[in-house]
Amino acid sequence: MDKKQAAVSLRNVTKTFGSVVANSKVNLDIYKGEILALLGENGSGKTTLMNMLSGIYFPDEGQIFINGKEEVIRSPRDAYSLGIGMVHQHFKLVDVLTAAENIILGMEGKLNLKAATAKIADICNRYGFEVDPNRKIYDMSVSEKQTVEIVKVLYRGADILILDEPTAVLTPQETEKLFNVLRNMRDDGKAIVIITHKMHEVESLSDRVAVLRRGEYVGDMITADTTAQEMTDMMVGHSVTLNIERPDPVNPKPRIEVKNLTVRNEDGIVKLDDVSFTANSGEILGIAGISGCGQKELLEAIAGLQPAEAGSISYIDDNGEHDELLGKDPLKIAAMGVTLSFVPEDRLGMGLVGNMDLTDNMMLRSFRRGKTVFTDRKAPKHLAEDVVRDLEVVTPGITTPVRRLSGGNVQKVLVGREIASAPTVLLTAYAVRGLDINSSYTIYDLINQQKKAGVAVVFVGEDLDVLLEISDKILVLCGGKVSGIVDGRTTDKNTVGMMMTRVGGGKLSD
Amino acid sequence: MTNQDKVKEPLFHIVKRDAIPARKAWGIRALAILLALVVCAIITAVLTKDNPLSIYATIFKGAFGSARKTWVTFQDLSILLIISLALTPAFKMKFWNIGGEGQVLIGGLAAAACMIQLAGKMNNVMIIICMIVTSILAGAFWGFVPAFFKAKWNTNETLATLMMNYIATQLVAFYTVRWEVPKGSGKIGIINQSSELGWLPQIGNKYLLSIIVAVIVTTGMYIYLNYSKHGYEIAVVGESENTARYVGMKVKKVIIRTMLLSGGLCGLAGLLLVGGINHTVTTTIAGGQGFTAVMVSWLAKFNPLTMVFTSFLIVFLGRGAGEISTRFGLNHSFSDILTGIILFFIIGCEFFIYYKINFRKSNKKEEEK
Repeated sequence: MDKKQAAVSLRNVTKTFGSVVANSKVNLDIYKGEILALLGENGSGKTTLMNMLSGIYFPDEGQIFINGKEEVIRSPRDAYSLGIGMVHQHFKLVDVLTAAENIILGMEGKLNLKAATAKIADICNRYGFEVDPNRKIYDMSVSEKQTVEIVKVLYRGADILILDEPTAVLTPQETEKLFNVLRNMRDDGKAIVIITHKMHEVESLSDRVAVLRRGEYVGDMITADTTAQEMTDMMVGHSVTLNIERPDPVNPKPRIEVKNLTVRNEDGIVKLDDVSFTANSGEILGIAGISGCGQKELLEAIAGLQPAEAGSISYIDDNGEHDELLGKDPLKIAAMGVTLSFVPEDRLGMGLVGNMDLTDNMMLRSFRRGKTVFTDRKAPKHLAEDVVRDLEVVTPGITTPVRRLSGGNVQKVLVGREIASAPTVLLTAYAVRGLDINSSYTIYDLINQQKKAGVAVVFVGEDLDVLLEISDKILVLCGGKVSGIVDGRTTDKNTVGMMMTRVGGGKLSD
Repeated sequence: MTNQDKVKEPLFHIVKRDAIPARKAWGIRALAILLALVVCAIITAVLTKDNPLSIYATIFKGAFGSARKTWVTFQDLSILLIISLALTPAFKMKFWNIGGEGQVLIGGLAAAACMIQLAGKMNNVMIIICMIVTSILAGAFWGFVPAFFKAKWNTNETLATLMMNYIATQLVAFYTVRWEVPKGSGKIGIINQSSELGWLPQIGNKYLLSIIVAVIVTTGMYIYLNYSKHGYEIAVVGESENTARYVGMKVKKVIIRTMLLSGGLCGLAGLLLVGGINHTVTTTIAGGQGFTAVMVSWLAKFNPLTMVFTSFLIVFLGRGAGEISTRFGLNHSFSDILTGIILFFIIGCEFFIYYKINFRKSNKKEEEK
């Protein structure tokens, strides 16, 4: 490793936001011809560190050396001219422009789309990308958009490439394709940094891992010489068990019965097409699928937030009585005596109010209680205190606005409130998205506790490994259709992955 | 730093602050006002050759120079405060009601209509009750229309409320011609000057009524927004409609209800202007306060208690500015310039409350230490 030249060297880089220290005296080397996985829990400062390299933030202290020379990166333009390119978690593309137009957007010099298209084709051939330069972005799938982002960076001559959680939105097959491209780029001598939470990806892709913990650089290891367990322990700072519990369901009974559900969104596009399934009490029903395949609409339809075109959703109580949920709003569903809890995907945009403090957020579900026109903040305050204590929420106090908490703590507040009402049905959408390992396991535990208490849990997830470990049954959605329902204990990742891309699964060539 | 070579660090960079202690925030605001006064003084000295200090003294005298002036200042403050409070629930809901002007006007027109049309048909008490009811209802209706369209078809409330202002102004213009006294004068004049029918009762003196109403509305609005279920719903809808729907709030109902309140309170301000203060109605009776109130409400961050101070500041500056233009024989625009400078500093200083600027030099000094 010593023989390789460091493309980037960070020395004593520090960045603070107000009183929060995001990075503290970080020393990190990035080598050419190597894929470096940057590991760390949420809030450990990975993205901040990389944003300083790509010119989005400016370090408070420290030096950055590019190819051995000290440089000052003041803007993304500076970063590009030094050959540093970053692919962000949230794509920065103009929907109504074509791929080629997006790629040359903001570049100086004469506009020559033809030459640009040729150069793009050249880049694609060299590394094995598949992208049509003349297609509009809005016509593209998530993985195609990501390809455009990567090509955009390469087009600008980047030889230091940073990817922030690139696989969060990809299917296993797409991920493998991306990894092959990245390996090609590494073999071409480029330096690649990938930020990820997924251990198996680190193992299969990276040459070296560097670990950050609470803004500080902990150390690095050659991937081949280490294990997932060792890396996790290093990230967290103490050892953790990596197995998700899956207790056997006790006395499962049908609780939610969905029949022939068809949903169109506001634009008239079919988001759910003839979906039927049953969720049992005391079981976890996992929902797998590429994002945007109807998961959101399905949960919102059950929760009374999404009108449906056809079909029915019945709630079955302990005596076997059926009650129709469709066509009722959340208030009416609650009035029927159905305690349905919902942890939506958009935590701060739907489940919580970011600018309100913990007490006021606890009150969202209960503010109508009491006969007076005034709100009672006593009970919500107690609930907030209980949630903070029981779920170990890290917060300066219960009067802190929830948007100031980290992702994991926000989710604990939300889940804590939702399970406080002793639900019979618990709907969760991407419950651990963006959460670090510790927080994720807290959430898995809470969900399993609910399952053991006889709650029917619907768990929409994106990490197949987790879905396969936690679910009793897995329903796979593909383009709004039920691609299949499989047993979580007997199926495997490949089968589910195939079903995600094609109704019923099977090879594309079939 | 040892290497003095051409490493170009930017001169400064802007960093978002963490929460800033309240005392420091108020310090920044006080400093901003002080700086504004200094800049005003320089400009005054350069442009008019007058002594800036005597100008400031005149501003103060304009607002508090005599007992009458002081009362008028507080009366003006009350009206502006009521209109600002009226807009606040809508703003908290992120419903940009810039139709305060029209809602006040239409409330005033309704009051005037009662005074003119009902005089001689019923006794004074009945007329005043009719005025109260109709002016509040008229204002509420002016708030309801944009709210209904917003709730039903998601139309842009900023445009709708703004356009409603012109409709109100034109209606007042129409009825001014209809009811003009004497014929051909183009104005209504003092209504029921001899009988004083429909004149709101004086409490103590003729200024106190508006002040008492303002105190009641301020307290009420503070409690309503902070402690009532409605106030909580307004806050949630304003922050995130999705969250509101998620917990089963009827977003459309909340929007319409809040705008009825907002418009109704503006109508009340119109009633006070027509029935209590001016005893007539003109197209300019609201005097742009429906727009000034937007600024008052924002400056106070939608807190009814802070709004007392922000509306005081605006009224104080306005009345002082009026005084200097007459006293020093200056153009009225000059006082507007001073008001503008002061407001610029007050609003601009909010930037420094949320962000701080790190200079290159100070960074290096820290490193050397």
